[in-house]
Amino acid sequence: MTDFPHTPPRFSWTFSPEVNAEIRRAAASGIYDIRGGGSKRRLPHFDDLLFLGASISRYPLEGYREKCATDVWLGTRHAKTPIHIDIPITIAGMSFGSLSGPAKEALGRGATAAGTSTTTGDGGMTEEERGHSKTLVYQYLPSRYGMNPDDLRRADAIEVVVGQGAKPGGGGMLLGQKISDRVAEMRNLPKGIDQRSACRHPDWTGPDDLEIKILELREITDWEKPIYVKIGGARPYYDTALAVKAGADVVVLDGMQGGTAATQDVFIEHVGMPTLACLPLAVKALQDLGQHRKVQLIISGGIRSGADVAKALALGADAVSIGTAALVALGDNDPALEDEYRKLGTTAGAYDDWHEGRDPAGITTQDPALYSRLDPVLGGRRLKNYLKVMTLEAQTIARACGKSHLHNLEPEDLCALTIEAAAMAGVPLAGTSWIPGRGGF
Amino acid sequence: MQSFDLAADGLRALNATLHALKDHTNETEWEIVNPRGAHAIAVGVDAPVEITVRGSTGYYCAGMNKQATIRIRGSAGPGVAENMMSGKVIVDGDASQYAGATGRGGLLVIKGNASSRCGISMKGIDIVVHGSIGHMSAFMAQSGNLVVLGDAGDALGDSLYEARIFVRGKVKSLGADCIEKEMRPEHLELLAGLLERGEAAGKARPEEFRRYGSARRLYNFSIDNAGSY
Repeated sequence: MTDFPHTPPRFSWTFSPEVNAEIRRAAASGIYDIRGGGSKRRLPHFDDLLFLGASISRYPLEGYREKCATDVWLGTRHAKTPIHIDIPITIAGMSFGSLSGPAKEALGRGATAAGTSTTTGDGGMTEEERGHSKTLVYQYLPSRYGMNPDDLRRADAIEVVVGQGAKPGGGGMLLGQKISDRVAEMRNLPKGIDQRSACRHPDWTGPDDLEIKILELREITDWEKPIYVKIGGARPYYDTALAVKAGADVVVLDGMQGGTAATQDVFIEHVGMPTLACLPLAVKALQDLGQHRKVQLIISGGIRSGADVAKALALGADAVSIGTAALVALGDNDPALEDEYRKLGTTAGAYDDWHEGRDPAGITTQDPALYSRLDPVLGGRRLKNYLKVMTLEAQTIARACGKSHLHNLEPEDLCALTIEAAAMAGVPLAGTSWIPGRGGF
Repeated sequence: MQSFDLAADGLRALNATLHALKDHTNETEWEIVNPRGAHAIAVGVDAPVEITVRGSTGYYCAGMNKQATIRIRGSAGPGVAENMMSGKVIVDGDASQYAGATGRGGLLVIKGNASSRCGISMKGIDIVVHGSIGHMSAFMAQSGNLVVLGDAGDALGDSLYEARIFVRGKVKSLGADCIEKEMRPEHLELLAGLLERGEAAGKARPEEFRRYGSARRLYNFSIDNAGSY
């Protein structure tokens, strides 16, 4: 018998070890995988864009000496009292229930110290976050947990949530292990049940109804509060246009990298569009309606750095919103907790079972022993630092492009590293003048 | 009585006027004339006053009401008394979809019929309907009481939590996890009070009703129940 070399073991790309592990998990459990966070795929993103910087034809601004403003007005279209924030980075809606009380307080403290807003979530408004948030956006969700006119009036803005990037078309869920006495009371539900939030609003469907719903909210709050409409990244051109038609002051657009407290993995990874693909379509809708910068656009889903902020603003957003990144700033997935992540069968950086309520960092839990680990003062300071760094980074880039305000960044300042990103962002492929899809090819 | 002509003075002035009323106002009785089906009439009122709307209303009349008694001398469009906190809303005619949606307190009385999704996601409100209600009523209803003197449409109480439903007539079908339950003495007593407050005491007796509630089988997800959803 001839001793030929053996074929080395070869894994299938289609049936990779990860795929096979999920098949085995599904076969053993009979239930789909639920997790927190946003899409983990490699997606076209802001990483695939670069700034061109100044040259002979553009001159830069002096770092540290020449002004590069960062402030943003939100709600100038109809609200009597629009919001003015110091930086174009807001904190996205995350519920008390999915997050601990100290985590919500830390978000409020950090946002306030950095001069920006934070947002309630699918569980009503807590005293911790109202008390520690100078500017608080109150979400109006299909579940209406805790909804009441007093909180509407003590909010600084109202965000009608239609969709979420992690699950456009999906509702929410908060599993029983996180329904503590306090969470149950706020949501008017029995303790310990799996709480499902509806995917549609109970008393309106479609854009014509939404217009009337917004009218009602404005009347209840005497036209004082800016009204945001939050949409998931599904059909951003039409959804943005319809939100504007319905009377929104601000459109919040969340791409598929945007996180969730708990959703089916198949939903997170297979429904919705990347943030980069969503943003230019929403800007186009606003421009086509003559409402760009008049109805403000907040983009979210995978914003991590000042570079992401600058790129989002260059493509036409008025501000960005962060959720997952803010949790990481508070201490989520910190390698210092590696031993505890191992006990949960995971590793720092990959932990996403936020729905189970066993978060070692004390953020996505209602267990007093765990959430008491999070110092809201320290957490707030960390978030403030992170927000300030992002802002400084964005200013650094904007000055290099010769811009005296972050809003003066424009698509012309960008090029793309990949054909996909060039097509999505509508900026030329680096080294060419080619924008795929424009000019007939 | 204070009178407000909606056609002449407009919606913004109406709600601003009503919002300016405080607990200790002497302007305790109001009428709104010429409503002409307008939306968002008398929303967000928070004062112990009595308001009569002389005609039919559009969407969300009496939305988020607190304390006030609001009577609609006509029919109401979608979402009447949505998210009501307290007080009382009476519709002399029929009500469209989502009547009393997400209501957290107070009493909604509909003298005629209510359309689909009556009491959807209700959270503590009491609703008394003298006529019949449409499909998917009390969907995901969390707490409170829904009393129906007539019939109920398809999928009553689908995905119900702890709300109680009392129906005197026929139920076309029950939704997922909604079952008929025993009518015990405390329920008859509760129902008698609701009928009295709902201006229906002379129309029906508690013994004529059946009670429906949650089987609580779907409270915690089980793959064996996936077919129920």
